[in-house]
Parts: sequence; C-alpha cells; structure tokens
Amino acid sequence: MWAADLINIMQANMAMLIKETGNTLYMTFVSSLFAYILALPLGIALVITREDGLYPMGALYRFLDILVNIGRSVPFLILLVAIQPLTTLIVGKSYGSTATIVPLVVAATPFIARLIESSLQEVDQGVIEAAQSMGASLSTIIFKVLIPEAKTSLMVGGTIAIGTILSYSAMAGFVAGGGLGDVAVRYGFYRYEGEIMLITVVLMVILVQLIQFIGMKIARKTDKRAI
Amino acid sequence: MGTTPLIQIKDLQKEFKSQNDTVTALTGINLNINKGDIFGIIGMSGAGKSTLVRCINFLERPTKGTIIIGDKDLSLLNDRELRQVRHNIGMIFQQFNLLMQRNVEDNICFPLEIAGLSKKEGRKKAAELLDLVGLSDKKKAYPSQLSGGQKQRVAIARALATNPQILLCDEATSALDPTTTRSILALLKDINKKLGITIIIITHEMSVVEEICSNVAIIDNGVLAEAGKVEDVFRNPKTEAAKKMFYNNSNIVRKMKGKRIIRIVFDGKSSNEPVIANLVLEFKAHVNILFADLKEINENSFGQMVLQLPEDKDLSDKIIYYLRNIIKVNVEELIDYVGS
Repeated sequence: MWAADLINIMQANMAMLIKETGNTLYMTFVSSLFAYILALPLGIALVITREDGLYPMGALYRFLDILVNIGRSVPFLILLVAIQPLTTLIVGKSYGSTATIVPLVVAATPFIARLIESSLQEVDQGVIEAAQSMGASLSTIIFKVLIPEAKTSLMVGGTIAIGTILSYSAMAGFVAGGGLGDVAVRYGFYRYEGEIMLITVVLMVILVQLIQFIGMKIARKTDKRAI
Repeated sequence: MGTTPLIQIKDLQKEFKSQNDTVTALTGINLNINKGDIFGIIGMSGAGKSTLVRCINFLERPTKGTIIIGDKDLSLLNDRELRQVRHNIGMIFQQFNLLMQRNVEDNICFPLEIAGLSKKEGRKKAAELLDLVGLSDKKKAYPSQLSGGQKQRVAIARALATNPQILLCDEATSALDPTTTRSILALLKDINKKLGITIIIITHEMSVVEEICSNVAIIDNGVLAEAGKVEDVFRNPKTEAAKKMFYNNSNIVRKMKGKRIIRIVFDGKSSNEPVIANLVLEFKAHVNILFADLKEINENSFGQMVLQLPEDKDLSDKIIYYLRNIIKVNVEELIDYVGS
C-alpha cells in the first residue's frame, strides 16, 4: 500500500521532480566547469612552486597552500551565507540555482586544486627529467607531459569532485538554492512530507552512482597504460 | 692528438645541500671525451656517476667547475641557450621514461615537437628511426604493450630524433636481462658506427664497458680514480678502485690474503703460446691457477689469469722476472692487494 502511495506522490510531482533534477545537474556541472577553470592554474602552481618543484617559489607556495587549506576548512553552509553579498553582486540575487553556483565554485575550487595537485604529483619524475633532457621548456612540460600523463588520475579526481559538488548543491536547499536538495528541505524538513524527501534522496543517490560509473568508465577507457 | 675534445669536464664539483648538511657528490673531476668515443663511466652505486652524467647536460648544475661541449661553456648559457644545447644531447635512462599515454611514434616525435618541427616531418623522422632500432611494426603500440628491451629501443630512437652529437646512457641496460642487454649494446655500437655519435655510458657493470666502450673512467667516492683506454686500464689498473672493478666478479679475492699472488694479462700475441706450461717446465715450480678468464675488449681477446706462486721469494721473483721480460706479458703483484 505504502509503495503505491509513493508512486502516486511521484506521479503527482513528476514535473517538479524532473525540473529540479535538471536544476541540480545544471548547478553541479556549471559549478564544476568554473571551479576547474579556477582550480587548474592553482593546482599547477601548487605543484611547480614547491621547493622540489619545477619552478620553486617557496613564499608563493606557502601562501597558496594556506589559502587552499583555509578554503577547504570553512563549512559549506557557513560559506553559503557568508558570501551572499558577493553572490548578489555577481548574479543579482542570492537565491535560486544560478545564485548557488557562486558559493559552489568558491567551495569546490580549493578542493579541486588539491585533487589536481595530487594527480600531477603522481607523474613519474623520470619522465619529467627525460623531457628536460630534451630541452623542454616549463610550459611544454606542464601541457605536454604533466597534464597528459596525469590524464587518468585527473579524470578520476574529476569524477570525485562532481559527486561532491552534487551533494554540496543539495545543502543549498536551506537557503532556497533550488534543485533536489531544495525540494527535500521544503517538503521533508518544513512540511514533514517524508515520501517526497525519500524520493529526492533516492534520485540523488542515482545521480551520484551514474556520475561515478560514467566517470570511471571514461577514465579507464582512455588510459593507455592498461591496454 | 691535436684536436680539441668534444666534451671537456673541468674541475667539476657538485654538492647537494640539505637543511642541516652538505653532501659532496663529486669533486675535482677532469675528463676529456673525444668525438666518436664510446666512453664508459663506471663505479659502485652511490659513487656519483649518475650525478656526473646529469652535469654533462646540466640537468644538475655543477657547484664548481664547468662542462664545455664543442666551444660552448655550459655554465655561461642562459636557460633558453641551454635548452638549445640539449637538442644536441640525447639521453636514455634505466627506467626508459617513455610517455605512457603516447604511442611509440608520438613518443619519438616528442623531442621534435619541442624543437619546433612540423608533425609531418616528425612522422617521417620517426619512421626512419623505428627502422634503425628495428621496431617499425610497433609504430602505433603504447609503451605498456612493449617489453623492456623494446621500450629501451623506443627510448633510443627518441633520443636520436633531433640528430644529437652526443648520447648519454644512464644505466640503460641495468633493468634488462643479459640477452636483451647484449642486443641493446649491439644497437648502441651500431649507432656509434653509422652515425658517428659520441656515446657516454654510465654503468656499474664492467661487462658493459668491456663489451662496447673504447674508453673508461672509474669514479670512486665522488672522485675520478682512473681513466684511459679500456685495454690499458684492463691490462694495468693503477688504482684500488679500478682493480676492484675488474676483479669484482671473481670472489677469489678474499682468499688471496698473505700469499704470493700475481695477475697476468695476455693479449692477442701471447695467448697463442703455452705460457704456463713453459713456466712450469722452466722452473720446475708448483704454480697454482686460482682464476682465469677470457674477455673481448673492443673486438680483441684478452686473457687474465691469477696465479699463486711458490712461497720461496727468490723463486717467485725469478718467475715474475721471466714473465715480465722474457714472455712479455703484463704482470701485476696482488700481494699488497687485500681485497674487500
């Protein structure tokens, strides 16, 4: 009987659920894109400026290192509220899916920078040395050795990052951020409609599973080390 | 020889500074390497030979002293000029260091991309080089699909792509089995002959030096112990370090303590004569052969033999005189040499 209820509720709210799933995916992917645009140079800088890096700059490294740590330690919910003035400045309002992208990018960038850093760090030192012995410049080493050789690891990191951003986006529901998280908060938390909340949670689980599955599949398929 | 050497290593010193102390890896190295040489640099692990080879292309900047290649003093060059010089110096490594996400052809094209050649020219050059190293059928394979020997062949082709004058080999055969090692060494020798390229080989294995090198330098504890033509150093090693390298594979060394022991080296002429038989007949003495082997050095045969002579000092002195001056073979007394 309960299952039938659940299906009825789902059918009744189908349009809203589809729309909000779309919003969740929109927030997740647009935020991931912008966060990667910001995090890539940051991650590269973290790798090359460290003391044993390709372009050691101790002071800059320590500054970036601390900056990233601070960025990662601020709880997302607090960040969400704290940067509302910035969000309003960029988007024009502080609620809705587009507005949620701003705090998502701010929160995800340091996290992704760390993922990129660790992926690039894995590249075999010997291969870098070989490139140097051929007379490769720093930019050649970054774009033709470090990034292509770390490709698989970067894709695995990307998959993890997108999954994490998706779950962050749900938290934005508490400030009317739109998407499935918003639905869960509005119906489940404020109106005690447990069924809708359950459906949104299941949808979130499915989305994360799908992202993980597709991401890993692509990463494995393009890895030339495992043929 | 009036000609200037291709590579001059001048008073080279390299220190590594860590937080609380300074380690001197190399000190006071002077070495000339001529065009067309296959120059072996040999030493135990930790002797500093890998640092030395990295100083030659300035992957490691010397703390003191310099490297002169042709007429260019590397210590006077800026980064861009240094990168330019490196196009002229190929390098191969123990772990091959191929780009794992690129196929064989694209690996060989990589140095050409760096040098600014077009893709089309690169592919043409790659085809020639794959032919030279005997891997034309593996053009589209990825490194993970190749054996160790094949990977090193690709690495050699890649190192030769920019037509360098010099090829540096850092323990290039140490990760390979003996058969593959021989085939890689044969390839290097072939390249040396065909292209006239000067090859510097870093190794800890004397067999590698004996097999292909024309010259050898022995590095011991960060200093240059001895250098010269391989035949000469083999025939008459002057330093402890050199002796150690040549006798290393014979563990008889330990048993030699306190006895009257000599090492004699035969070259092509004397190996046709029954030297030991004649010696025994001449002196009616008991001579004990402790160790003997035959080596090919630069396509010449050399025999070496370690003999235990009678304890009687007069008699053994006479035998040594006889071998040295009548038979005219190289004789070296190992009596002081208490091996490790």
